[in-house]
Amino acid sequence: MKILGLIIVGLVGATLIYATVDFPPFGDPESPASLHVSPRYLEKTMEETAVPNAVTSVLADYRSLDTMLETTVIFCAGVACFLLLRVFRRRSPAPRQYRHRLTGLTFRVKDGGEISLPWREFEPIDSIWTPHDFIIEKVCRYLIPFIQLFGLYVIAHGHHSPGGGFQGGVILGASIILLSVSHNLRIALERLEEKISALFSPLGVFIYAATGVLCLILGYNFLNYQALDPLLPGGASMARSYGIFMVEVGVGIAVMGTIVWIFKNLASRGRYDEGL
Amino acid sequence: MIWQLDLLILTLVVFCGLGAIMIRDLLGAAILFGAYSFMMCLLWAIMGAVDVAFTEASVGAGASTVFFIAAVYHTTRRTKD
Repeated sequence: MKILGLIIVGLVGATLIYATVDFPPFGDPESPASLHVSPRYLEKTMEETAVPNAVTSVLADYRSLDTMLETTVIFCAGVACFLLLRVFRRRSPAPRQYRHRLTGLTFRVKDGGEISLPWREFEPIDSIWTPHDFIIEKVCRYLIPFIQLFGLYVIAHGHHSPGGGFQGGVILGASIILLSVSHNLRIALERLEEKISALFSPLGVFIYAATGVLCLILGYNFLNYQALDPLLPGGASMARSYGIFMVEVGVGIAVMGTIVWIFKNLASRGRYDEGL
Repeated sequence: MIWQLDLLILTLVVFCGLGAIMIRDLLGAAILFGAYSFMMCLLWAIMGAVDVAFTEASVGAGASTVFFIAAVYHTTRRTKD
């Protein structure tokens, strides 16, 4: 079976390498991809959408329906992880042990029970638990606000530089994941509850679709941001720029919510108590 | 494009990819997969696709590695084959 797999992989790889021989040279201006619609986008982007980064304008304006459905795919991935992993039974497979930080008393909790005292006073002492390092905790604590600020910058500055909703959303989600990894899952759950991260995911898709419907209501095609011209200052091209921004914010919220949602499900085996 | 740099990173991509398959420790495989993603990100940056490189750096090397590590943490580090 292994040898058969190796042969198939080898054959597919050889076919792909053989196919690349027919490719036009790198950066060839005469290649089919550079002749058809690309020149039009590159020449008209600034004039039509007032966005210097052509990637952003193609992604969120000219091909915005694609991006809306990509955001929906991300939402579906979050829902799929939730349905596969989330456990609603209280019963835990193994008993947990906690140490009270102040008194040094050890508690044994079984059948998924909870200690009614504040959880900050306890630390878990399971076999897979590793002690948290003071330096890592402090460094991450002071680093996380800057990471989140950078995430917001990436979302907002996607018009002018590489970046946009997807990348900024992942960075924002990663800051919450860093909080969870450097401290524990409970503090991350306290800062961004399960319901909120689960709500962010469809909320982002909703913001995206609502922008499109708003254009529809104002008498233009779905996601034709030119319709926003009477509502916003700056003329038709700036209206498209604002439309791209609204959509990017939606993408950012959806991606951030989904990343954190998937991580919480994975890291706590769907139980939302102790985790990575 | 500097072809020496290109060749070096391509070699590293191949080695990281092969290593991620060959290694028996699943945590090591997750880390090698992250390294593979980061090398791909560098390749895309060299080719001028900065937006794709940015996405690969944040999603491929960042988020997906954490997901793999979380999955390994709750299952097992050993693999049977």
